[in-house]
Amino acid sequence: MQAQTNDDHLVSLPLVRAHIYISVAYALLVVLAGLTYSLQFIDLYPFPKFEFLSPGRVRMVHTQAVAYAWLANVFFGIMMYMIPKLTRKPILSEKFGWFCFYVYNFLVVAAVVLILGGYGQALEWGETPKILDPFIAVAAVCWVVNILVGSIWRGRNEPYYVSVWYVLAALLWTPLVYVMGNFLPEYVFPGTGGATITSMYIHDLVGLFVTPVGIAMAYYLLPVLMKKPLYSHALSLIGFWGLAFFYPMNSAHHFLWSPIPMWTQYASVVASVGVHVVVYTVVFNIFATMAQDWSKVYENISLRFLFVGALSYLVTCIQCAIHVTLSVQEIIHFTDWVVGHAHLVLFGTFSFWAFAFIYYLIPKLFGTKVFSKGMAEWHFWLSTLGIVIMDIDLMCAGLVQGHMWKGLTPFIETVIASKPYWWIRTFSGVAILTGEVIFLINLLMTYFSNKEQKSQKVTA
Amino acid sequence: MKNLEKFSTIFLLAGLISFLVAFTVLGVFPAFMTDGIKNTAPEVVEIPEEFQEYFSDLEDYKAAIFEGRDIYVKEACWHCHSQYVRPVGREPERYGLVATPGEYQNDLNLPHLFGTRRVGPDLSREGGKRSNDWHFAHLYNPKSTEPESVMPAYSWYFDESVNPPKPKRGAVALVAYLQQLGGWQEGIYKNQYDMNAITMPPSPEDE
Repeated sequence: MQAQTNDDHLVSLPLVRAHIYISVAYALLVVLAGLTYSLQFIDLYPFPKFEFLSPGRVRMVHTQAVAYAWLANVFFGIMMYMIPKLTRKPILSEKFGWFCFYVYNFLVVAAVVLILGGYGQALEWGETPKILDPFIAVAAVCWVVNILVGSIWRGRNEPYYVSVWYVLAALLWTPLVYVMGNFLPEYVFPGTGGATITSMYIHDLVGLFVTPVGIAMAYYLLPVLMKKPLYSHALSLIGFWGLAFFYPMNSAHHFLWSPIPMWTQYASVVASVGVHVVVYTVVFNIFATMAQDWSKVYENISLRFLFVGALSYLVTCIQCAIHVTLSVQEIIHFTDWVVGHAHLVLFGTFSFWAFAFIYYLIPKLFGTKVFSKGMAEWHFWLSTLGIVIMDIDLMCAGLVQGHMWKGLTPFIETVIASKPYWWIRTFSGVAILTGEVIFLINLLMTYFSNKEQKSQKVTA
Repeated sequence: MKNLEKFSTIFLLAGLISFLVAFTVLGVFPAFMTDGIKNTAPEVVEIPEEFQEYFSDLEDYKAAIFEGRDIYVKEACWHCHSQYVRPVGREPERYGLVATPGEYQNDLNLPHLFGTRRVGPDLSREGGKRSNDWHFAHLYNPKSTEPESVMPAYSWYFDESVNPPKPKRGAVALVAYLQQLGGWQEGIYKNQYDMNAITMPPSPEDE
């Protein structure tokens, strides 16, 4: 890792750059869609009569864009940067990488258009139209092969750093998870059986794709930015195997008290509590590495994103291990609590870690420093403020809704009681959107100021 | 180095195996278990009285239920309305009988529409609780039946050139779908606020 200047030939920078650009554009789409949808809850929806922007469809665009547009693109971009560096072998083929990039992003855009056109599918986190599912599976396999065979298999004679372990596992799991979740409940198992598989898919998409890649990113950035070794390699391995063994069994906790066989639900609850092992090892490792020099964390924007992400991760996972128990589920299931939880995971943790990595990559991608440190600060603070307010607000809303429902309050009264929380939720969304816009402008300015510098050099 | 590599290969396999074991034991096995349960939802043998003005052909009515389901999917109704009643949270009192696996063992529930969020109430016992006209008015403009509702209006399923707007095929299909949701279940009180009509689900001894 010291010889960073010498191994740049391993990484195809234009390819990484393309992934980062498009993912940041998608991130804006994600936030816009989410914010627009939230307006429906406070009676301010701007397109009430327009079929193709109906709130239900916009919500599908929001969640699908989070998983398949923003996170998938930014994660694969980052993997194509960090894995060749770690294994010292380039990806299989750059041309193949471009092919995957274009095909996959064509599919993403097609999915957005088709969902708005009314071709959404009824599977949570798998709302991409049925017709696109096989192609997305193939595109995912292509991407996986490119990194797995290219960088990881060819570099296998060296011992792996823990990040490679995580990515390796994620790459193997992802296509399996995708095929399982998008085809079995749609075509094979009706009703309860399908719900069993769906619950597994909902969990595995986050647990076996997003989480391992996210943690791999955090473990890569930490030593590089801290200029200190990782606190404990042994702990990181315990975290890894805890993830591999406990996460796949968490499934049915998404449908507790449903007609799914009760023993399946009990098993998943026990496994979900086991997730504590993963969380504490990972978070302790991150904080212990940072604790060697807090001043760096204070100064460096990437490390700060990493820090807040790790805090969110700790909170979400403690939340998860508590609210997954059957007695707590009675109250909080079906409420806004779960919505807050999902935002804390996918925005507060993994998007924050992705931001951390993007800020780290900026000098390498653009050949210049970030345009404005002040704007980066605004992005950081608005995002942090937004997610903290949103999560606390939705947790409270969830408790209110759950208890009112149990008290047999007429349903509409619970809606009325939720409205103040929904207002606050929209405001937190505005903060996040503003941060996103500032981030985008900052990146664009970095890009253009670099171009100016280059053209000045040429004329001089 | 070689040993380490072999070691990691073993553990890599272990990672894959843990996924496959979880998938088999907690995914496929319960799925097959419930798949063997007999469907308890009754077959549609006649057009209900209240739909006879819209349908004359039984096959057409059956097809409309599936069309309604597809609209329920494409408008993502299932994001805000769940379709199972839990045995906790006093849900049997609010909605009706607790969900059983048998009632979902049919093509109408492929894919399942359990849902994970209730911005609006559960719909699995909705059938027969309200009139068709209430549903049409509610779909056309939810605030007309419930001023505080946050449900979106689905005016594009109505012919607005006439006054009052006339439901198109889509709206009729959607209401046909909604009106058969669990309406056949015995022991459901028809008005969700009529607390005198509460019926608890039968206990196993009763069966």
